[in-house]
Amino acid sequence: MPPRNMRPSAKPENTFLTLKRIFSYMHGFGVQLIFVVLGIILSSGAGIAGNYMLKPLIDNIERSLTDGKWDKSGYLGILTVMAAIYVLGALSSLFYQRMMLKISTTTLMRIRNDLFKKMESLPIRYFDKHTHGELMSLYTNDTDAIREMLSNSVAQFIGSAITIVGVFTAMVIYSWRLTVIVIAMLFIIVKVIGAIGSRSGKGFMAQQKAIGAVNGYIEEMIDGQKVVKVFTHEDEACAEFDKLNEELCTAATRANTFANILMPVMNNLSYIHYAATAIAGGIMVAKGIGSMTVGTVVSYLQFTRQFSQPITQVSQQLNSVLTALAGAERIFRVIDEEPEEDNGYVTLVRAKEGPDGQLTETDERTGCWAWRHPHKADGTVTYTKVRGRVEFDDVYFGYEPEKTVLNGITLYAEPGQKIAFVGSTGAGKTTITNLINRFYDVPDGKIRYDGININKIRKSDLRRSQSIVLQDTHLFTGTVMDNIRYGRLDATDEEVYAAARLANADGFIRHLENGYDTMLTADGANLSQGQRQLLAIARAAVADPPVLILDEATSSIDTRTEAMIEKGMDSLMEGRTVFVIAHRLSTVRNSHAIMVLEHGKIIERGSHAQLIEKRGKYYQLYTGMFELS
Amino acid sequence: MYRTLFSHVGDYKKQAILSPVTIIGEVLMEVTIPLVTARIIDKGIKAGDVGYVTKMGILMVCMALLSLFFGAIAGRLSAVAAMGFAKNLRSAMFRKVQDFSFANVDKFSTASLTTRLTTDVTNVQNAFMMFIRSAFRSPIMLISATVMAVYANPRLSTVFLFSIPVLGTAVFLIVAKAHPRFEKMLGRYDHMNSKVQENLTGIRVVKAFNREEYEIKGFCESTDSVRRAQVFAEKLVIMNMPIMQLVMYATIVAIMWFGGNMAVKGDIQTGQLSSFIMYVSQILMSLMMLSMLFIMFVVSRASMQRIYEVLAEEPSVKSPEGASQEPEDGSISFRGVSFSYFGDMKNLVLDNIDLDIKSGETIGIIGGTGSSKSSLVQLIPRLYDTTAGTVMVGGHDVRDYSLDTLRDQVAMVLQKNVLFSGTIRENLRWGDSEATDQEIEEACKAACAHDFIMGFPAGYDTDLGQGGVNVSGGQKQRLCIARALLKKPKIIILDDSTSAVDTATDSSIRKAFREKLADTTTIIIAQRISSVQDADRIVVMDAGKITDIGTHEQLMESSRIYREVYDSQQKGADE
Repeated sequence: MPPRNMRPSAKPENTFLTLKRIFSYMHGFGVQLIFVVLGIILSSGAGIAGNYMLKPLIDNIERSLTDGKWDKSGYLGILTVMAAIYVLGALSSLFYQRMMLKISTTTLMRIRNDLFKKMESLPIRYFDKHTHGELMSLYTNDTDAIREMLSNSVAQFIGSAITIVGVFTAMVIYSWRLTVIVIAMLFIIVKVIGAIGSRSGKGFMAQQKAIGAVNGYIEEMIDGQKVVKVFTHEDEACAEFDKLNEELCTAATRANTFANILMPVMNNLSYIHYAATAIAGGIMVAKGIGSMTVGTVVSYLQFTRQFSQPITQVSQQLNSVLTALAGAERIFRVIDEEPEEDNGYVTLVRAKEGPDGQLTETDERTGCWAWRHPHKADGTVTYTKVRGRVEFDDVYFGYEPEKTVLNGITLYAEPGQKIAFVGSTGAGKTTITNLINRFYDVPDGKIRYDGININKIRKSDLRRSQSIVLQDTHLFTGTVMDNIRYGRLDATDEEVYAAARLANADGFIRHLENGYDTMLTADGANLSQGQRQLLAIARAAVADPPVLILDEATSSIDTRTEAMIEKGMDSLMEGRTVFVIAHRLSTVRNSHAIMVLEHGKIIERGSHAQLIEKRGKYYQLYTGMFELS
Repeated sequence: MYRTLFSHVGDYKKQAILSPVTIIGEVLMEVTIPLVTARIIDKGIKAGDVGYVTKMGILMVCMALLSLFFGAIAGRLSAVAAMGFAKNLRSAMFRKVQDFSFANVDKFSTASLTTRLTTDVTNVQNAFMMFIRSAFRSPIMLISATVMAVYANPRLSTVFLFSIPVLGTAVFLIVAKAHPRFEKMLGRYDHMNSKVQENLTGIRVVKAFNREEYEIKGFCESTDSVRRAQVFAEKLVIMNMPIMQLVMYATIVAIMWFGGNMAVKGDIQTGQLSSFIMYVSQILMSLMMLSMLFIMFVVSRASMQRIYEVLAEEPSVKSPEGASQEPEDGSISFRGVSFSYFGDMKNLVLDNIDLDIKSGETIGIIGGTGSSKSSLVQLIPRLYDTTAGTVMVGGHDVRDYSLDTLRDQVAMVLQKNVLFSGTIRENLRWGDSEATDQEIEEACKAACAHDFIMGFPAGYDTDLGQGGVNVSGGQKQRLCIARALLKKPKIIILDDSTSAVDTATDSSIRKAFREKLADTTTIIIAQRISSVQDADRIVVMDAGKITDIGTHEQLMESSRIYREVYDSQQKGADE
């Protein structure tokens, strides 16, 4: 896990590629995009053209003043053209914005969906290495930044570019001499933007970092709020918070000051530009340099105002565009992550057993499952009945290469057997179960399932044949019914009730406000830990798999309730291969085989009676309950 | 609500007020500059008076510099004020949360509190900065530009009598209609985010049950509904700009028509006419800004509401004023105690409890899931207040002690415990910030944590990472016990604190407790009979009531529930 105050940077690494990739999400909108660009061109073009029409209008009036005769119909004609241009501009602006709204919202939806799809396919290992907050901010902060860019900045950028080019061209045509001033001004503007921009950029980076530190601290302290209170640590927490908060305030003020100053600076530079142009133009008219007319100077002055506006806009947008691109890169980096590897080709199929014991594939719900195993070498397909036999052959494993957690585990679980793992925390009990369902992978041939190398079995089919109840039960937003049905989506209501009864959950569920239709919130806060475990057991029961993994599944259920659900658990376990992990030795006593683990090794194995007889570690653990000297 | 929130501008009030004031300076310059440009054109360039043009040009540069100066100051001031406001808000909320009782925290949930302190404050900060920068700027701009226009040519400015109300009404209608749509959109956003959150925490369940496709389908539905809500809300707002353009363009055309007629008659000069056009954009743009401001306000109002809820929340457990007494010893008594998490007598989780615990006694508590063992002990350090009856510690009602005094004397190791980022030593010092290394080591030895700590290469200086991720569940529990021991309390409560610790270690921890903490009242809640078997007395709880009290031997005789629990754990042991 990265240290909490290291927030991702605010600068994109490869602007062009990232932009290209964002645009690739707009597929299917090719025609619309062309219309959008046309709309932007028309809309900003109309602004320039409309202003351009001011000159003939003014000239018309000036002429009438000198001639003493007003060309009213000519004037009206120009005015009509101007009105038409304006109407066209406003309409195309409405048109492209409406279209862009559709494109940008769809693009965002596609990016979010892609991100989520990839997230669901990432290996568990990835989630070990990244914090929830880090991944969560991809969906909130980073997509919001892209949204901002798509709905505002893109159009403004295109519009501004068109305006800048258009106005600049018009200026050169009107008077190349006055354009020299424009270029000089442009030079100053670029310098100023560069100076302010780099300061504010640095400021924003510092702010980002400070925000990360403050948010991290808030998250941690609020999460541990109850501990803070128990230890009356409130004052210390406030003192540390004030320090971080002050740092954030300083950094944020600095960053925003520069961002705020940019606008008045640009605006007033444009006035100075105006004044300089007016003086130069005035001199030129007076001296008759370059056949300069009053009308030209007046229009030119209008242009100087129009010229600076888009530059200000672009420079204002620059920060948000950079932030958006940096965010997009973070999102794409996740999308580019390697998904959980799955080269499995052995699949799970419904089967029918013929009188001669021959298995054939069927669509009927026979209750009999088989592994369909195609052989590449000779093109034949064999079927193996799913029984739930699991074997480990000298398995070594570590979450990190240099730290092995399992050191040469060898074990067999025959179909229908209950295998228990006991041992102190960190001995590797959970790791073994994580390998059986391939949350983590081991080298070929080390773990076999019904005699098949589990790396050859398609992951989804492998997991379909197993059910797991974890110590940390996770329930999902939805009704109690939905949560139990999570185990098997096509389970009927009756099957759900039966599973709940089996787990002894039916009683408390019926006492809930709306029974099975009671809504559970994300963290299932309205249920006790024990009740949540009962629901998780029901969820596993409804899945009805040949292999069942219970990882501390009853640790939060008191032993008396456990004794009450024991019958249900026993019928749940019947005919299945069950792996049980428990601290409580009373839970594992009736297992066929108990494995005592220490430092990733099986140090003892046997039935409860055998192990007691042996007077080894198990005996010590077991009798430790009584020897309280 | 707004008064409460904005009172937190506090020390930054000066900047918050000065910022709009300087903006007035900037705006005044901005609206007078078109006057100067009109003169440059009409009196200077047309008359060919280069000297006048130069004079006016220099005046304009000076005005621009002045405007720049005001603008820059305003930018600085508004940044200081808004960031300071955000700082104060965060600080006030953080302090408020520190004052919260467990009941308050439960009400909001920790996830929601975190969002309120982070995202919501940022939203309000940005809205506030925008507000002090524009809320005065736009109206002043609007008024002064209108005044200037009227001053320049009263007859021509009657055009604004039409365009301003038209634009104003249109903008108002759009904003009013968009408001509920935005609220709906934000709701959809929340739903989408909670789906992501759920999948992050429950990824193992999703994978174990092969529900990736199912979850993806649900998520895609959610993003699609966000998209639809967003289009629905924003398609109104995007009409703002074209409508503004249309009104502005219509105004310009009208001015050129009427103005042209006037200019031909010599009633107005062409320079004045073009500066009039400048006013058109200034006036209508400021109207636009006002509507933007309004939308911003609507979007941030939800955030303001959420912040306000935190600030307005009354801590349900408060220290009594002027309480200075110390508990005399570690005795505890419950007198007719009833308790409900909702504070009413209907949903009682504890029902009329009477219990006396002598100082120095070791009490075990056994009971089924939901029998309210934890609820009972949480009343001792006043994590919650009783709904009826009194809890006494050291001879006085717990409500008569200051919270600090009480909690310093009652150490509690919670069921769901957390360690904080930092080293092991730093975490242990939470118990006693002045603890010597020797004291720390002793506490760790008593909690059976010393050995595994020394097993780390960095020993007591091992960094734990956020949430104590670098230690296992059992190790974490032992560190939490050591941390509580360092407080040297009169009463220590272990709420199922050794569930992840193996039985052998569990028993040696209890042995250390008996030897080293003989004078400390100890309360142990446990699932395992073995954890409480050697206590002086064991309390058996069922459905919020105490059913039996006695020693192990007595209870084996008299308590059916106790025997059942015992049997469920011993079955097979005698085979």
